Amino acid sequence: MGDWMTVTDPGLSAESQNISLYTSETKMSPSSLYSQQVLCSSIPLSKNVHSFFSAFCTEENIEQSISYLDQELTTFGFPSLYEEPKSKEAKKELNIVAVLNCMNELLVLQRKNLLAQENVETQNLKLGSDMDHLQSCYAKLKEQLEASRREIIGLQERDRQLQCKNRNLHQLLKNEKDEVQKLQNIIASRATQYNHDMKRKEREYNKLKERLHQLVMNKKDKKIAMDVLNYVGRADGKRGSWRTGKTEARNEDEMYKILLNDYEYRQKQILMENAELKKVLQQMKKEMISLLSPQKKTPRERADESTGAVISDVEEDGGELSRESMWDLSCETVREQLTNSIRKQWRILKSHVEKLDNQVSKVNLEGFNDEDVISRQDHEQETEKLELEIQQCKEMIKTQQQLLQQLATACDDDTTSLLRDCYLLEEKERLKEEWSLFKEQKKNFERERRSFTEAAIRLGLERKAFEEERASWLKQQFLNMTTFDHPNSENVKLFSAFSGSSDQDNLPVHSKQRQKKPPSTSNGSPVCTSKMTKSLPASPTLDSCQTRSCVSEHSSVSVLTVTPEEMKPDQVGRECTSQTWSVVSRPGAQPGCSVDAL
Amino acid sequence: MNFSEVFKLSSLLCKFSPDGKYLASCVQYRLVVRDVSTLQILQLYTCLDQVQHMEWSADSLFILCAMYKRGLVQVWSLEQPEWHCKIDEGSAGLVASCWSPDGRHILNTTEFHLRVTVWSLCTKSVSYIKYPKACQQGMAFTRDGRYMALAERRDCKDFVSIFVCSDWQLLRHFDTDTQDLAGVEWAPNGCVLAVWDSCLEYKVLLYSLDGRLLSVYSAYEWSLGIKSVAWSPSSQFLAIGSYDGKVRLLNHVTWKMTTEFGHPAAISNPKTVVYREVEKSPPPGLGHLSLPPSRAGARPLTNAAASESKYEVASVPISLQTLKPAADRANPRMGVGMLAFSPDSYFLATRNDNIPNAVWVWDIQKLRLFVVLEQLCPVRSFQWDPQQPRLAICTGGNKVYLWSPAGCVSVQVPGEGDFPVLALCWHSSGDSLALLGKDHFCLCFLETSKDVGAAFGRRDSCT
Repeated sequence: MGDWMTVTDPGLSAESQNISLYTSETKMSPSSLYSQQVLCSSIPLSKNVHSFFSAFCTEENIEQSISYLDQELTTFGFPSLYEEPKSKEAKKELNIVAVLNCMNELLVLQRKNLLAQENVETQNLKLGSDMDHLQSCYAKLKEQLEASRREIIGLQERDRQLQCKNRNLHQLLKNEKDEVQKLQNIIASRATQYNHDMKRKEREYNKLKERLHQLVMNKKDKKIAMDVLNYVGRADGKRGSWRTGKTEARNEDEMYKILLNDYEYRQKQILMENAELKKVLQQMKKEMISLLSPQKKTPRERADESTGAVISDVEEDGGELSRESMWDLSCETVREQLTNSIRKQWRILKSHVEKLDNQVSKVNLEGFNDEDVISRQDHEQETEKLELEIQQCKEMIKTQQQLLQQLATACDDDTTSLLRDCYLLEEKERLKEEWSLFKEQKKNFERERRSFTEAAIRLGLERKAFEEERASWLKQQFLNMTTFDHPNSENVKLFSAFSGSSDQDNLPVHSKQRQKKPPSTSNGSPVCTSKMTKSLPASPTLDSCQTRSCVSEHSSVSVLTVTPEEMKPDQVGRECTSQTWSVVSRPGAQPGCSVDAL
Repeated sequence: MNFSEVFKLSSLLCKFSPDGKYLASCVQYRLVVRDVSTLQILQLYTCLDQVQHMEWSADSLFILCAMYKRGLVQVWSLEQPEWHCKIDEGSAGLVASCWSPDGRHILNTTEFHLRVTVWSLCTKSVSYIKYPKACQQGMAFTRDGRYMALAERRDCKDFVSIFVCSDWQLLRHFDTDTQDLAGVEWAPNGCVLAVWDSCLEYKVLLYSLDGRLLSVYSAYEWSLGIKSVAWSPSSQFLAIGSYDGKVRLLNHVTWKMTTEFGHPAAISNPKTVVYREVEKSPPPGLGHLSLPPSRAGARPLTNAAASESKYEVASVPISLQTLKPAADRANPRMGVGMLAFSPDSYFLATRNDNIPNAVWVWDIQKLRLFVVLEQLCPVRSFQWDPQQPRLAICTGGNKVYLWSPAGCVSVQVPGEGDFPVLALCWHSSGDSLALLGKDHFCLCFLETSKDVGAAFGRRDSCT
């Protein structure tokens, strides 16, 4: 709004100025001819002041102008431009000071007025815009008011219509009800009339029947007869008995007997059902007790004595009730006891279940409890076991797959190729694993071989040194003992040479050969071995046995003593897969035993 | 399944003897008794007129033939073919005749229900019972044959009299709180009598043998009420079929309603099996266009009746064909008009008259709808095998339908020409079934129970 207010329309402002000035001017000097013209152009065209003055005052009318100005000024309360006349005759003198003062004052006044005017203008603008805004607001609100008024009228109209309708419907309902009532009355009256007529007709009919009966029966109709060759015996073989009071009594007796039998039968059935239901209840109760009794201690520990007491109470009750003799008790006592105990039990069970629910929710909230921490070891063991089982199962599945594959190859080529692709991937994966394993083994072997070769070199050097020493020694001996047995010395030399190498020299050779072999087999035919494991039902033990056997082959050179504990088959079975690495890294630590065990 | 040759028959009068040895059938005025196993004619009796009603005595020794038009009843003995007995009701007329349970008395109802005459075959005695009520089922015997309940009407009030059948002494006589008693029926145990009002008012009253009122049951007011009533063989349930298309089961302890079975035309419960009879399309080798469609359109019913059919298990949200009952006619075709419990009380078969093509089989153990059989034609009658839960249905076509919990079959009656089966009745052993047509009947021999099991193993087999 502020922005809007600062934007002043020059035309508009000028106009308003004009108007305001004009009005003031007309007040000031209505008679002046020029004033309008003057004032109209006075402020915006301040440049024309000179021309204006020249127009107003000329050489000829200075006096007149001055007197006029003086007159005007005095009317506005300014001091006279003329000096105080000393005498009446004396000619009025123009007081320049007064004129200047007046001028100054007028200028000041003018400035003030301009300022005030400006303020007023801006305010006016503001007010004008405010006014506009308010006017638009007012218009809007008016519209709204109109609209809502219309709406209200519409709603009122609708309401009225609905009420009218409702009234009509009420009226209709009333009419319908009246109609129904009327119809019901009509039906009822007709029914009574109908019944009455029926009765009348029936009476007439009965009369007629009676009459007919008399007519037909009393005529001694010869035709009404039974023509039988001879009478037949009764089905039960008895003779018919006379009708007497006795037979009537007997019939009654029999009827009551039948009824009694029926009631007895039903009672028996109900008793049986009852007994069965009781049995079920009893069993349920027992089961509940057995279910609740282990729980009894924990709630007690949790200072839940009330339930514990109830349980013990109930148990005593149960003990009493379970006795067979209780079945013979009258229904009510047993029922009461039983239902009471069952109810109690049920309440306990309910509370227990609720407690369990609470616990479950608590556990869920808290996350893992202390109990979980305690059982972690067991958990781990269990998981280990399970993992092992899973591995075994996997192996089984693999062999089965292979078998299936084999079967499939026989019958279908397309599917088998597809399957083979799947299997190949798997196989590849497995081969990779094995490959890495073998690589590791090879590395180990290499390292060992190196050490052995080093040892051999060392030994060779030593032997050389020894030979040299011996040669020198022999030479010396030979030089010293000129008369010595030749073959004997030869023999000794041979023996010593042989014996010296049997322990030390032979070993590296052996190891070299053996060392070379396992890597070559593992390097040269990893596929073959893996294939073997595939085609055969590869049990974990077999797999490990193979790897171990190749390890053991080289380690058998430096066989260690086998301790009996290490031969435990279960250990072998369990650790066989995980042990392979350690076996490889520590040749001869356990493989010897495994070979023996296997 | 084997069929005998076709024999002549009139008025659908063909009945197995209660002992299951004989088969009696009527051809006009002749009564033919055959051996069930060989179907050889054992006896041939000649009556005085066309027989309108025929009934075996309970001991299978006598056969009663009633000729209502002449007011005559003739009794024949199987043991002594020369023995004869003729009862003439004379000018009093005859509208109904039946054996008493001992097989030595014949109860004849005279015209206009003037009286019931009890004729004894043992003695010359004749007893009269006055004021019998003319109603749907006014007479009922207990299963053991000791007692008879008879509906009576005196002074514009309904009464029930209970007679001892051995000497026809009145045991109890009491009025019933009914507007217009429509029927009486004993519970199979013979201790409870169900009495129901006419269809204008839904009301069932249950009386003890000694005349005490045990309970009154009314499901609703104003609209048409009870249409059919049946006791379960165990006496445990009383099934009441009414005009609102529902069956209500009352229990025997509190006599309150245990459950109600609605018969909606739309079946949505997936547990319900719906067997739908469909016409068997001719084998593809013969080509199905050989039958011109105009012929099928011209005689759709005979065509349907003649062609073979089989059952298909319909997928469950299904709607059955309904009949719009004419509301402005008396006895509208609506409501449950047929009710029958299986002999072991495990199943209840019903027919809602405005869905006439369907038979509903309810499982009473689980109290729910078990199976719905939708036939191509309106069901005319059905009857349970007396030995096992097996239901035979006929629709007036040349086929008989059998349902058991194992499945159902549609069997075409062989032979040349049409043989519309209008009614059927089981042999007491459940091994054979008499199929009754308008002029002929034949026997249908079912496999022994072992073979049946195998045959019913297949769900929609067709022979």
